[in-house]
Amino acid sequence: MNPAKFGRFGTSHQISWDWRAAANFIGGGSGSALLLFATLTAYPASPPLWAVLAGLALIGAGLACVWAEIGRPWRAFNVLFHPQTSWMTREAYVAALIFLLSVAALATGLALLAYSAGAAALLFLYCQGRILKAARGIPAWREPAVVRLIVATGLVEGCALLLLLQSAFAALQTEMLGALLVLVLLRAASWLHYRARLLASDAPQSTRRALAPAQLGLLLAGAALPLLAGGAALVLPQTVAFGVLAAIAAVLPGWHFKFLLVTRAAQVQGYALGNKLRRGHPLAQAR
Amino acid sequence: MTRYVMVADLNRCVGCQTCTAACKHTNATPPGVQWRKVLDVEMGEYPNVERLFMPVGCQHCSDPPCMEVCPSTATGQRKDGIVTIDYDICIGCSYCAVACPYQARYKVETPRFAYGDQPTETEAIRFDEGRIGVAQKCTFCSDRVDAGLARGLKPGVDPDATPACANACIANALTFGDLEDPDSNVSKLLTDNTWFRMHEELGTEPGFFYLWNEK
Ligand code: SF4
Ligand code: SF4
Repeated sequence: MNPAKFGRFGTSHQISWDWRAAANFIGGGSGSALLLFATLTAYPASPPLWAVLAGLALIGAGLACVWAEIGRPWRAFNVLFHPQTSWMTREAYVAALIFLLSVAALATGLALLAYSAGAAALLFLYCQGRILKAARGIPAWREPAVVRLIVATGLVEGCALLLLLQSAFAALQTEMLGALLVLVLLRAASWLHYRARLLASDAPQSTRRALAPAQLGLLLAGAALPLLAGGAALVLPQTVAFGVLAAIAAVLPGWHFKFLLVTRAAQVQGYALGNKLRRGHPLAQAR
Repeated sequence: MTRYVMVADLNRCVGCQTCTAACKHTNATPPGVQWRKVLDVEMGEYPNVERLFMPVGCQHCSDPPCMEVCPSTATGQRKDGIVTIDYDICIGCSYCAVACPYQARYKVETPRFAYGDQPTETEAIRFDEGRIGVAQKCTFCSDRVDAGLARGLKPGVDPDATPACANACIANALTFGDLEDPDSNVSKLLTDNTWFRMHEELGTEPGFFYLWNEK
């Protein structure tokens, strides 16, 4: 069969997951990474209460949005039934673990429990990437490079949010700012890798068009601007505004990208005639 | 071992949508939900354009991504290959719908009827509250297959043990049967004709085979 003649058709936009699903990736990704960085920067002490609460609130808000989207919300606990293969089940277990460990850490003051919550938060972020990759009906999600990108942008968002919250209480931490700038570069590299893979794939044209704004967002607004503003903040540490600008510029394009990815760029596979005609019984061929 | 599959002969299908109607009638699916549908496909480029009709629906994959992602275990697979949904367990997260590469799954949030808010007499009788807010798709008429088997009938041969779409097809384009049985009707069709499966590259091992003889 001629592949051009038998190309894909009938691509349309999925209508199963909307902004509420996107909110889970935005809130969960930012919140889990915020928790992680709060733990890392507080070492060897426990992370501050406000940072833990902010991280948990963001994760909780994301999960609440998903809960509002499911068709049978009162059966939500059934989400826990399939850890063998479902990354959604795994995400739910890890979320429960984060909350339990965080509450236990706050109640006992044991830093070790807080570190464990931080490690679980990293796992949560990874689960989010795998949730998208497992959705084989959506070319923009099933691309394996999406996992790295989801983790990278989550880390940027969490680090930047922590920096913003810290700047409200005290002077900017230059180490944090330096880490943010490195992460922003890593995210830009992850985006370029993901984009190259997607363009080389058979993703629908509409998906490519829908993701086009993310190129400007993640590279210009989300990388170049934080690098400039962050660089200025490092040179002029007394001018907090530069650091704040760098953090805001790092966060917003990440959220915008995830919103685009989950909503606008989520075209389904479409239908296709096979591009290879076979002859003979399928089981005889398999043997 | 048994693996039930469907063979759709694209050389025969005339696009009459009788299978679609038979499915809707049998399974009482609401407006906008088509477990079985037939695509009207134009292929090629002018002036070498051809038109064909392609029945689609759940492909009852051997390695179904919908089942892998399902967090509740509502989506399952029988020993005979039929992919199932337990409406009592499903949470309606639609993860299966975005994981399915064949656009086979639906979720209906509120009751919908053919003529406005009020169900027709048939719709009122057939309405199933259990299907609201959960995933739904083609079942390969598994209840009918099971009832037929219990009576000693042969799926794909005896209409009372065969999915409604295959029974209804006016052109004999849809054939249901056991792929593992070398003497079954589907095995014979696949041995004697050229065929393809949709999106094989995704590793889903679909149980829907399309016969196509290139002219
Ligand atoms: S066609 Fe879709 S719904 Fe049916 S078994 Fe395959 S992945 Fe699941
Ligand atoms: S909608 Fe139901 S069947 Fe589909 S993945 Fe969610 S729980 Fe499973």
